[in-house]
Amino acid sequence: MTSNTPAAPPGGERRRRDSRVGDKIFMNLSRGSGILLLVVMAAIAGFLTWRSGIALSKNEGNFFTTFEWTPDAPKPVFGIAVLVFGTIVSATIAMVIAVPVAIGIALFISHYAPRRIAQPFAYLVDLLAAVPSIIYGLWGALFLVPHLEGLTSWMDDYLGWTYIFDQSRATTPRNLFTVGILLAIMVLPIITAVSREIFRQVPRMHEEAALALGATRWEMIRTAVLPFGRPGIISASMLGLGRALGETIAVAIVLSSSSVLSLHVLDPGGGTFAQNIALKFSEAQPFGRDALMASGLVLFVITLLVNGAARLIVARRKEYSGANA
Amino acid sequence: MAKRIDVSGLSAYYGSTKAIEDISMAIEPRSVTAFIGPSGCGKSTFLRTLNRMHEVIPGARVEGKVLLDDENLYGTSVDPVAVRRSVGMVFQRPNPFPTMSIYDNVIAGLKLSGVRKKSVLDDKVEKSLQGANLWNEVKDRLNKPGAGLSGGQQQRLCIARAIAVEPQVLLMDEPCSALDPISTLAIEDLIGELKTQFTIVIVTHNMQQAARVSDRTAFFNLAGVGQPGKLIELDDTQRIFSNPSVQATEDYISGRFG
Repeated sequence: MTSNTPAAPPGGERRRRDSRVGDKIFMNLSRGSGILLLVVMAAIAGFLTWRSGIALSKNEGNFFTTFEWTPDAPKPVFGIAVLVFGTIVSATIAMVIAVPVAIGIALFISHYAPRRIAQPFAYLVDLLAAVPSIIYGLWGALFLVPHLEGLTSWMDDYLGWTYIFDQSRATTPRNLFTVGILLAIMVLPIITAVSREIFRQVPRMHEEAALALGATRWEMIRTAVLPFGRPGIISASMLGLGRALGETIAVAIVLSSSSVLSLHVLDPGGGTFAQNIALKFSEAQPFGRDALMASGLVLFVITLLVNGAARLIVARRKEYSGANA
Repeated sequence: MAKRIDVSGLSAYYGSTKAIEDISMAIEPRSVTAFIGPSGCGKSTFLRTLNRMHEVIPGARVEGKVLLDDENLYGTSVDPVAVRRSVGMVFQRPNPFPTMSIYDNVIAGLKLSGVRKKSVLDDKVEKSLQGANLWNEVKDRLNKPGAGLSGGQQQRLCIARAIAVEPQVLLMDEPCSALDPISTLAIEDLIGELKTQFTIVIVTHNMQQAARVSDRTAFFNLAGVGQPGKLIELDDTQRIFSNPSVQATEDYISGRFG
């Protein structure tokens, strides 16, 4: 026994030193990952800015107000007016439809459904997120478009006075409205999944506080669950919006693209950034590609702005977040 | 305000497990009744049957009768939501809504009852916070978050929230167990003041506290792990702590078990 005792401290010492080496490795790994992210972001931004600069310096039209996209013509003219409009309109329609439905599904899973239904249901919603966008695109073009004809003509008849839902002529609805609906379905699972996790984390004691005050289940959700989940809902919506803004192939399949900027969202035509890039990239000359990069840079900036705005909204009510409860 | 509670033959279950068995007791209005007993004896469960909060747990159910004056809380036509509006509750851990200001926390219950008028609400906030001995500490920061207060202040805020709706009965489930001695004293003083208006029932693990604040004390016990809890005896607090009629009560309060 006594002969073993002196050997013990060096062993302990060594183990401690080892764990410090482990600490160092892990710290450097995680720090490296963080730096890598910044480098990648900077590289993307730098690359886009550089190529956009080349394109923009030779653009003969106004980049922000031009409708056409003909960078490879002898006199290059291209602009993003149609694309900005189409992207924002289709993403807005998608969010208006998807966010309330997603919150409803998330609440159903977290607070209404019995557990043995909630579990498989939640799994089903997660599965929906795993469907590739090309499948959504094909489904949209082959199923959604023909089946929406009735709805769009009904909207034209009864909501035509709003101007927005007025249809200039009856055609197949390969329009921004249909794209919006398709995008809504595509972003639904991600918003649902994130909101559901947030709603599940609402402390039981806050729910009981509301119930004990004589709240019905819905009132309990309104007083305790939704306010607590608000930052999470915003983050979830941002994730969804990111996908809606950047969705490429499904939009390209469904939308009949043209350089038209029309407030009649039921009229065919228009375009989005991602769809425009996907359609034009393969046949573009080197200069045409630079022009597409310029539009990509704008999409990049829009995404950053939207996310920044969301961060601001969340931060403004930070002291009410429940994090200090 | 302040109604009498009559419980008869009450048993409560979690799924197939019986948590408390065949409890009958009368709780006098405008008095403080304390529930004491070892952990797991069902005193919190019993408390939660008095405002039908027991049944919000999935699979939980109740048998028996609870009369509030003459109305059976478990009658077939009785809405549990309405019961909870007339029987308020304060929980073990202070639980003000973290997303609300102090002001909004106090009026949370009133808003559920549809009170919207600003002057009425202002008046209620001041009265309730004064009733909870919190007004002087928070009157200059009513719009600050309730979660920013100290633990003792948060618990008094929860009491203010509970009394703002003017319940008949106020149930308190170990309201001081998460608080320091000074905050505890503040709450105990408050209980003494509140009993002039409300019927108060308090669960506590602290026997000195039961002796200090209550008029009547009920001792609960269970025969063994997995057995349902039962009411052993209910008597004037003074008698329970000096000369209880059941041996088990004396053993418990003198620290011989539990």
